[in-house]
Amino acid sequence: MLSTDEIDGFAERETLPDVVIDARDLSLTFQTNDGPVHALKDVSLTIEKGDFVSFIGPSGCGKTTFLRVMADLEKPTGGAITVNGVSPEEARKARAYGYVFQAAGLYPWRTIAGNVRLPLEIMGYAKSEMAERVAKVLDLVELSGFEQKFPWQLSGGMQQRASIARALAFDADILLMDEPFGALDEIVRDHLNEQLLALWARTGKTIGFVTHSIPEAVYLSTKIVVMSPRPGRITDVIDSPLPKERPLDIRDTPEFLEIAHRVRDGLRAGHAYD
Amino acid sequence: MMRVVFPVLAVLGAIVVLWYLAVAPMNIRVALDTAERAGAEIVPEGSAVRRDVSVWRLMAQNSEHVALGYALERPRLPTPQQVGQELWKTTGKMVQRGRAWSKRSLIYHGWITLQSTFWGFLLGTSMGILGAVLITHSRVMEMSLMPWAIISQTIPIVALAPMIIVLSSQVGIEGRGVPKAIISAYLCYFPVLVGMVKGLRSPATAQLDLLKTYNASGAQVFRFLRLPASVPYLFTTLKVGIAAALVGTIVGELPTGAISGLGARILIGDQFGTPLAIWSALFAAAILAGMLVTLLDVLQRLVQRRMGGRV
Repeated sequence: MLSTDEIDGFAERETLPDVVIDARDLSLTFQTNDGPVHALKDVSLTIEKGDFVSFIGPSGCGKTTFLRVMADLEKPTGGAITVNGVSPEEARKARAYGYVFQAAGLYPWRTIAGNVRLPLEIMGYAKSEMAERVAKVLDLVELSGFEQKFPWQLSGGMQQRASIARALAFDADILLMDEPFGALDEIVRDHLNEQLLALWARTGKTIGFVTHSIPEAVYLSTKIVVMSPRPGRITDVIDSPLPKERPLDIRDTPEFLEIAHRVRDGLRAGHAYD
Repeated sequence: MMRVVFPVLAVLGAIVVLWYLAVAPMNIRVALDTAERAGAEIVPEGSAVRRDVSVWRLMAQNSEHVALGYALERPRLPTPQQVGQELWKTTGKMVQRGRAWSKRSLIYHGWITLQSTFWGFLLGTSMGILGAVLITHSRVMEMSLMPWAIISQTIPIVALAPMIIVLSSQVGIEGRGVPKAIISAYLCYFPVLVGMVKGLRSPATAQLDLLKTYNASGAQVFRFLRLPASVPYLFTTLKVGIAAALVGTIVGELPTGAISGLGARILIGDQFGTPLAIWSALFAAAILAGMLVTLLDVLQRLVQRRMGGRV
């Protein structure tokens, strides 16, 4: 494992470090009227390049907060974290990650193509390249042909796919997803999970994925981080032995059920604290 | 279609009926005076005596003269028909005779008022939007601008209007166009300011977070998110603003000795005791306001269609 110093000192600038996220004793305390809330307490975790990491736990366990810290949308109050070997702020400014929010959050006044083009316009891509990239990522999420539609003309699942396309449009190696399929029904969710795995296999991105569904976490991840609330902390980190190739019916195999069982135990152990 | 037309016509009909009913008691004294002068016998005799008798009693005792109240030359309350005729006489008929720009034409006066309204609206909305941009961008700006904006609206415009005229003539501004536009802008900027502050602040935290993940600059957040998000608010405030600007212009024409413009027509009508002129000028102003708001409404529909609205 490489620390920040080692990267700066020894690794060549061009080669990316293998460690993408490195959190050490990370804490975040919100000051509220009812006293301090420990959203995160002494959280340490390493995410390597190409990992698909799920964060699972009950509400209030800090999984979303952890993701937002990685994205520099929250500032930790203690500990240290690096993203791509630099601080989250520097990583954000270098546009190192794409972020998919819980709600699709498409701009209603822009077409689907216009929404996907938004980050590219902000980052100042050339016009021709924009068109090319928009076409490419819309194809990736199977939304070709919907370029000129407005968000309200699409179903919830399609909107969420468009928002994933938006996060993929620029070349970020990291994809952070905050319960992206939480509001969708089970069937659409299965389908999107399959697509997401295919997309991950094709692009080789590092993905951080917040969920509260055990099957979803086990099906998608190479690493499952089980968290528990009050204070928000990690209770278990499970490296999945499942193969990279995962058809939907892998969920009926003993290996799958065994991991799911371990995740459930981890969640229960967390609850025993309060 | 009928379900829309019927309620609209019912309300309109009710207003017209109420108006016609009101004409009788409002005009009964004038009608009786006129009839008495023409030699008719009125109970009780003498205009001064009748002043102490209620209109209802006068109507009951002189029922044969009530109808006269609907055809007076200088009624206290003209009938809708009389107002309509006067409006036609001072607009359409003037155009037919090629005298649309005569000093007696409401088209001429309406045009004068419209010009000041336009400049006042332009000035007022620019000030309102600019103020809203400053306020949404800085907390300090909000604290330093907002109290003054609110205080400005507590001063009655009628008190302020003559001062604006006097002060602008002191700095060498000729004519009434500019001070009228300033008064108009003064009334118009506030609703635009308040509405646009709300509009520019309407994006949710998640939408702002999204742009933060792109490392968007403040100007980009404004251009890509705040401005388009504020468009529905913009049109609502523009409609309020244009009506306020028109009122401002008319108020600006009232106490200033102006001889042109709808406000001047109202004042002159009052001074010369010609209620028909007042009423037709009032209606001309209302029609003008209606046209301006409709224009903005059409513009809004066009813009919202382009912005993916479900029209």
